[in-house]
Amino acid sequence: MSKKLLSGPYIVWMVGFTLIPLALIVFYGLTDKAGAFTLENIMAIAQPERLNALLRSLKLSLVSTAICLVLAYPLAMILKSLKVGRGSFIVFIFILPMWMNFLLRTMAWQTLLDHNGVINNILRFFNLPELKIINTQAAIIFGMVYNFLPFMVLPIYNVLVKIGDDTVEAARDLGANSVQTFFRVILPLSMPGVISGITMVFVPALTTFVISDLLGGGMILLIGNVIEQEFTFTTNWNLGSGLSLVLMVFILISMAILAKYDKEGEGAAF
Amino acid sequence: MIGRFFKRFYLATIFVFLYAPIAALMVLSFNSSKYMSKWTGFSLTWYEQLFSSELIMSALRNTLVIALLSALIATVIGTAACLGINHMKKVPRTLMMGMNNIPLMNADIVTGISLMLCFIAFGVSLGFGTVLIAHITFNIPYVVLSVMPKVKQTEKSTYEAALDLGASPLKAFFKVVFPDILPGVLSGFLLAFTMSLDDFIITHFTKGAGINTLSTLIYSEVRKGIKPSLYALSTILFLAVLILLVIGNLPKKKNHEAIKER
Repeated sequence: MSKKLLSGPYIVWMVGFTLIPLALIVFYGLTDKAGAFTLENIMAIAQPERLNALLRSLKLSLVSTAICLVLAYPLAMILKSLKVGRGSFIVFIFILPMWMNFLLRTMAWQTLLDHNGVINNILRFFNLPELKIINTQAAIIFGMVYNFLPFMVLPIYNVLVKIGDDTVEAARDLGANSVQTFFRVILPLSMPGVISGITMVFVPALTTFVISDLLGGGMILLIGNVIEQEFTFTTNWNLGSGLSLVLMVFILISMAILAKYDKEGEGAAF
Repeated sequence: MIGRFFKRFYLATIFVFLYAPIAALMVLSFNSSKYMSKWTGFSLTWYEQLFSSELIMSALRNTLVIALLSALIATVIGTAACLGINHMKKVPRTLMMGMNNIPLMNADIVTGISLMLCFIAFGVSLGFGTVLIAHITFNIPYVVLSVMPKVKQTEKSTYEAALDLGASPLKAFFKVVFPDILPGVLSGFLLAFTMSLDDFIITHFTKGAGINTLSTLIYSEVRKGIKPSLYALSTILFLAVLILLVIGNLPKKKNHEAIKER
């Protein structure tokens, strides 16, 4: 018996429940209700309301990805400098929040950020200006950063801990100062993790419909909300699939970039 | 030292950012008012109501059963797949790992929609079974990612030695190979279990009308005004998961130390 046969169930499963379903999205997206070929479902993205939703999603997800990167890189450096192992308590603390239901955590921010919420009460106590971000795009960015930050920290951390001290010391011995060491040695070596983190934050941020629902007060539509509504309210699957195909173009671009920079899968988060 | 102070301060700030909503939920679960914005006194009402709410209890049952079953099945399929992939040549192996990445990298909304379309197109009615299949589908790649590195590390020669000494292939596997890959299998199982527990988007599209998990129940209650019983439940669950993860991390730590000692 060949050992390769052990992969059989997995291959059958992936073909049946990953490849065929994806093929169905392509099929529905490129046909009308009668089953005839059409590009209308894809062209439907040009309608102003949908186009605005897509542009808004792109803007918010790019901004939140950038904020995540700026927050996560120093964090990963600090975690590495603590010289504690992968399964250690401190790293564990940064992963743990991911395991409380994210809908509830996001909702809790709704309460905390509210005009009369805890944060504004504290700010008022110190006579500081109040935060007025709930139900705005800023609140959605806040929610994205909150929910996806661990996905940026973990891959960067995983790559950073693999960079040996001897590499850094060699750079210093050869006369590089700490800024040069960072930009010419550490940063280039950590690129697989950075790219992996960027895709792992960008893709869910671009496609979310829950965060905009909870923190945007239901008034700010993202492309995820538009697609979700096509499937749950108007049940126009062809249109919904067509719009998903447009979305998948962006996902594929990020996957291609990741594949180019992270060939060995070094930047994997888990 | 300023640098050291800055490091501590930065870690603490991020820590507060990550845990503030969790603390808020835990505190609010003991609030006697049903409104989130006012604290009116300590009470255990929501914990009592929680256990008498059939709606919440059935959602909890579904969530746990689906998480457990999907993690178990995904672990079996995923571990077997790793053993098979390890014996493949370079090209099919790369192809398999590429396929493994699709559900990991794909947006949840696309995975959810595609599975829903598939079930409906083939006349499968949405319900418990479809949610279970969907969860197994997104769980297998996590198991493969956890188990694959351990399988790569196993030495072929020890397995062959066991065969030479007269063990059947099955016995040689369970006596020699399995103990080596067990840490990966366990962490894969835990990862799959927690991913399933936390999933909302894919469940939302594949669940149909009659069944709820905790995530979908919370989502539908957000519009009507959510009951603090759900905070009570999430507080209990968070503590449970905390304990689970502490246990799950123990073997990893030992393994880490073992490597150091070498």
